[in-house]
Amino acid sequence: MTQLTLTVNGTEHALDVPPSRYLAEVLRYDLGLTGTKIGCDEAECGCCTVIVDGQSVDSCIYPAFKAQGAQVSTIEGLAQTRSCSQNGSSHALELHPLQSAFIRHGATQCGFCTPGFIMQATTLLDENPDPSDKEIKECLKDTYCRCTGYTAIINSVKAAGEYMRTGTMPEAELPSVIEPLSQIGQPLERPDAVDKVTGAALYTDDYTFDGMLFGATLRSEHPHAHIREIDTAAARALEGVHAVLTHADVPGDPRHGLVENDWPVFAGGRFPARYVGDAIALAVAETAEIAQQALGLIRVEYEALPAVTDPRDALQPDAPQLHPDRPTGNLLKHIKVRQGDVEQGFADADIVVERTYRTPMTEHAFLEPECALAVPAGYSGSRPSTSKEPGASDHDSDKLTVYVGSQIPYSDRRQVAKSLGLADEEVRVIGTLMGGGFGGKEDIAGQIHAALGAQVTGRPVKILYSRQESLIFHPKRHSTIIRIKTGAMRDGKLLAVEAELYGDSGAYASLGEKVMTRATTHATGPYVMPHAKIDCYAMYTNNAPSGAFRGFGVTQSAFAVESNLDILAAELGMDPAELRRKNVMRVGTETATGQELIESVGLLECLDLVEEEIRTSEDGGPSSLSSDPWTSFQIGSKRYAWGIAAGYKNTGLGGGAPDKSEAEVEVFADGTAAIRTSSAEMGQNLVGVLAACTAQELGLPFEKVHVTVMDTDLTPDGGPSTASRQTYVSGNAARLAARAMRQQMQTVLAEKFDTHPDVIAFHEGLAYVDEKRLAQMHGAELPVEGANGTNGSTGKALPQSIRSISFADAVNALLAENRLPKIRYEYWAPQTQPLGTGGDMHFAFSYAVHAALVSVDTDTGEVAVERVISAHDVGRAINPLSLLGQIEGGIVMGIGNALTENYIVENGIPWTERLGQYKMPGIKMTPKMDSHIVEHPTADGPYGAKGVGEISSIPISPAITNAICNAVGVRCLALPVDQDALLLAMRDKEREIDGHWGQT
Amino acid sequence: MSRWRAYHTPTTVAEALSLLHQHKDKARIIAGGTDLILDMEAEHAVVPEVLVDVTKIAGIDRVALEDGWIVLGAGITHTQIESSPLLRAQARCLTESCGVIGGPQVRNVATLGGNVAHALPAADGTIGLLALEAEVEIAGHGGSNRWQPLLSIFAGPGRNRLAPDQMLHAFRFRPIAARAGNAFDRIMRPQGVALPVLGIAARVRLDADLRRVEDAVIAIGPAGPTPFRASGAEEALTAAAEFDDAAVENAVAAAQEQARLRTSKYRASQEYRREMIGVLLRRVLQAAVERARMNDAPTQVEDT
Repeated sequence: MTQLTLTVNGTEHALDVPPSRYLAEVLRYDLGLTGTKIGCDEAECGCCTVIVDGQSVDSCIYPAFKAQGAQVSTIEGLAQTRSCSQNGSSHALELHPLQSAFIRHGATQCGFCTPGFIMQATTLLDENPDPSDKEIKECLKDTYCRCTGYTAIINSVKAAGEYMRTGTMPEAELPSVIEPLSQIGQPLERPDAVDKVTGAALYTDDYTFDGMLFGATLRSEHPHAHIREIDTAAARALEGVHAVLTHADVPGDPRHGLVENDWPVFAGGRFPARYVGDAIALAVAETAEIAQQALGLIRVEYEALPAVTDPRDALQPDAPQLHPDRPTGNLLKHIKVRQGDVEQGFADADIVVERTYRTPMTEHAFLEPECALAVPAGYSGSRPSTSKEPGASDHDSDKLTVYVGSQIPYSDRRQVAKSLGLADEEVRVIGTLMGGGFGGKEDIAGQIHAALGAQVTGRPVKILYSRQESLIFHPKRHSTIIRIKTGAMRDGKLLAVEAELYGDSGAYASLGEKVMTRATTHATGPYVMPHAKIDCYAMYTNNAPSGAFRGFGVTQSAFAVESNLDILAAELGMDPAELRRKNVMRVGTETATGQELIESVGLLECLDLVEEEIRTSEDGGPSSLSSDPWTSFQIGSKRYAWGIAAGYKNTGLGGGAPDKSEAEVEVFADGTAAIRTSSAEMGQNLVGVLAACTAQELGLPFEKVHVTVMDTDLTPDGGPSTASRQTYVSGNAARLAARAMRQQMQTVLAEKFDTHPDVIAFHEGLAYVDEKRLAQMHGAELPVEGANGTNGSTGKALPQSIRSISFADAVNALLAENRLPKIRYEYWAPQTQPLGTGGDMHFAFSYAVHAALVSVDTDTGEVAVERVISAHDVGRAINPLSLLGQIEGGIVMGIGNALTENYIVENGIPWTERLGQYKMPGIKMTPKMDSHIVEHPTADGPYGAKGVGEISSIPISPAITNAICNAVGVRCLALPVDQDALLLAMRDKEREIDGHWGQT
Repeated sequence: MSRWRAYHTPTTVAEALSLLHQHKDKARIIAGGTDLILDMEAEHAVVPEVLVDVTKIAGIDRVALEDGWIVLGAGITHTQIESSPLLRAQARCLTESCGVIGGPQVRNVATLGGNVAHALPAADGTIGLLALEAEVEIAGHGGSNRWQPLLSIFAGPGRNRLAPDQMLHAFRFRPIAARAGNAFDRIMRPQGVALPVLGIAARVRLDADLRRVEDAVIAIGPAGPTPFRASGAEEALTAAAEFDDAAVENAVAAAQEQARLRTSKYRASQEYRREMIGVLLRRVLQAAVERARMNDAPTQVEDT
């Protein structure tokens, strides 16, 4: 220990810390200033940015003793606390202009990167309050956000600068939407926004408990091996080590899994290691460093087995078998779509196009690495509050409790309980804020290990994955090989598609079967396709498991489908937009799985909007003047062209899976309400959607609704946050729970006012008799409810009424009648049918068209996306600000999928070990985006809404590769686009590049 | 990874050298740490017991004109280089190369000395310095300071020739002459390794008519195991009667001939790099010559 003296946010500290501490560790763990986040431990992501003596640094690898005697500023010091004038005892936060701007412009989603962005942006605005886009991008070029797509961040920095210059903060520019209701269709600030911009927001690693121990996980050295022996004696003997656990220590089910129970808690014993991320032992110790040190003392005797790492090899009869007990061997699932008669279809076709496409394994790269913290039953120390409800701070529980940022809290509870040999009710899962998920936080990570460690040691145990461990361990997006053959008539009418997909599902099933089913059923694209024969082989291999990832398989098949369509258009000499227009799904058409689309198909409108905007765009090229917007043009060494693609994506689980969400509403005598469901908030602003639906139904101001999510004791089961389903199912559960409460209050108030319940209206925190409606009611039949089942309040001025009371008094009236102020509603989404039955596989689809203006540097092969025009049919915009965040974030993630992202594995050993080797789009890659909202409501969705989380990242990749082909005549058959191969192809006049990236 | 056990922040060179001498190979110099700590975290570098932080040494981050040389302390950060008016006027190839490394948070701490000591053949700052024909001052235990050519300290990729008790103390190069100009450019790829596919810095001096290249220095990386001077290309330029397309193409051909290019996995193919030598050399020579033509009457610099 050495003494470190430094001043943080104006307060001087003298600390005895080890000389090897990093500054981020001192701030977070020694001073409790957890607003500074650690995202990568390699100065790559910028989450840990703080200011040292006026200069921003990445504190995660900044030796703390460099800051000896320094002035350090962190996010916690940015807002000023001032006393309220009326009441000297209470304090209000005066936010920094950047903090206010980040809230108002939607620049904070999951919030994990927000402190780093704000701190880094202060260094720019302090010197220059009127920065250009270019200056903002230079300043923030090494600060990464995975949610927003950066445009909101750029706008926020500009808005904050404008405020600093003029005292006025400009409002966010939002896409136009249909007429809003009082809470629906409004860009309401997210409920967790202030916490996220001030550093007060708590993620799992931000929690500490008295007596807390730290766990570290030993992982396999081999992609496939029997584990002969594990000697933990030396590790256990190390001072400070409390337990070293292996497969022999799992009291309950030794395996877990979301669909198939095939994933061992620990490899060892009868379970071989099947990929290098497999856990073999867990060391639990006083400090994280000791736990790591203990791992080095564990001796494992492996018997290496042959590994299979290509999904096509895995299907061969002589391939090494991963799960010998499975009757289908390495074949996780053969998924089939059959429609019409493809032989006939191709025979009738005038033109047939066939290509093979490849997509790589990709990584979610959520900025918060996985963390799980378990507190044993009977723990007597104090517990932090995780609820925003007033008076709900006391969450004492005598259960084994797991704190974790998880997309499926109830599934975590089930799997933890099962492996620990406990009943579900003996375990409580409390969801903390989540620093992004994107599908990558659905499977079990450290939850069972932490719970086991807590159970064995009797003390709280935290397991925080390093970025490197996160990269190795968690399920990825499936790499695929897709052969697809498309047939059409001369006039462009599509006739038939035949496709064969291989998906690398890796070592364990995860959601692989579901993901590849979606890839298969969407492999016709959003087009009418009379004949289809699609076969998909989801294969086990010794690579990292693949599972859910935004787009859920459709990202991959859309790349193949939309590329083939452009090839077809070129061969037909047809405009690619026209080819799509001729074939797009419309109301009344049928999908290839036999589902008739009876409503809410806004694809044609999306296509029209996007095409219109391209044709009228002033992008500097001759295309704006020519009738053919797909013609390329040259400026300097760069060749530019537009490309287009369409896509669709189901909302909800579908395929016959029961799809429900439960929500509980409670009203309080102080005039507030609470809405509770376990559904996960991972940045998408589900909490805002739930609050808006509840406030809308109860006629309450938005901020009077408190939202609690992700707690298996306090919130009913909202199901998984997957499949773009939560706005629809949990939005509906909240809406209908609140409506049931409203109806109960109407009944009570009707008696009080001696009138009919249907004329009791709620608006702006007031309950009143709607005299006009009453008069109408006496006159003629009147629909009591407004459009789409709302209570009809449209944000207009409150009608005059003498008979009114406050919402608080209305609750008191309810209580006086001995009615329960709490109602739970179980919402069941419309039933769906399994694939192959010909019924409705899904209850709703979202649609989108993306067009990308791409530049290719003909000297270097470098590709840049300059502009994206998009239109999304989302049914109904619940919150246009958050919706825009989902769209822009999805598009930029799709740009990464097309141009940068590739999780590289060589013979089962990851080459991509660090975030620096996995490039996701930074702010400099963000194009100008014009995003249109199309609202074709779906009857059962809340106010007509359907999902948007995934569709926004689907068509963009093929739109980019189509644009590249329009620009330079080279078709990229593999992702990500390789500038090296592209340049050589241009030079050598090759028309296609099919090389697997990196095989140069 | 395990971590170091002691962290020293000497304030004089003598103190730093004494610590290095005392701990021998158990100690390592740390400056910004943005390369060293990453290498240790990735277990590519042995974690030393003792870190000697040289950034608090007085004068280690100076920029000065001394005895007709522009002198940079080895601990000067990339941000200080980028924002120095003197260097912007005198050494554009250095401000341009140091300006593209990482983001501001990294450039605020990463030092030029660290960039050079890391000895990567593609290190941007090193390539910029090389085109300036910089010399490096090595301080050794016992007060043995000496200046030597920059190229002489590289032993191979990631290896320098410094002894455990020596440190880089400063760099120096001559101020820009009349009718001289320099420039840097590089090619990255958006995937994989965060190292340049290729970087080139060039410095030229024109004759009185501003037509012929009298003197040229061209640095290319990676084009061999250590940072590389394209002497063949330099000769091709100075041999030409006029700076024209033919002269440039001769220089390109010579550089392509002389450079030892290889395919590095997930970064670039040999063939692509060969193409990029042409693209970048054309770009930087054009920029350097344009600047030289503008630099008819060089700004006077004074001793600071």
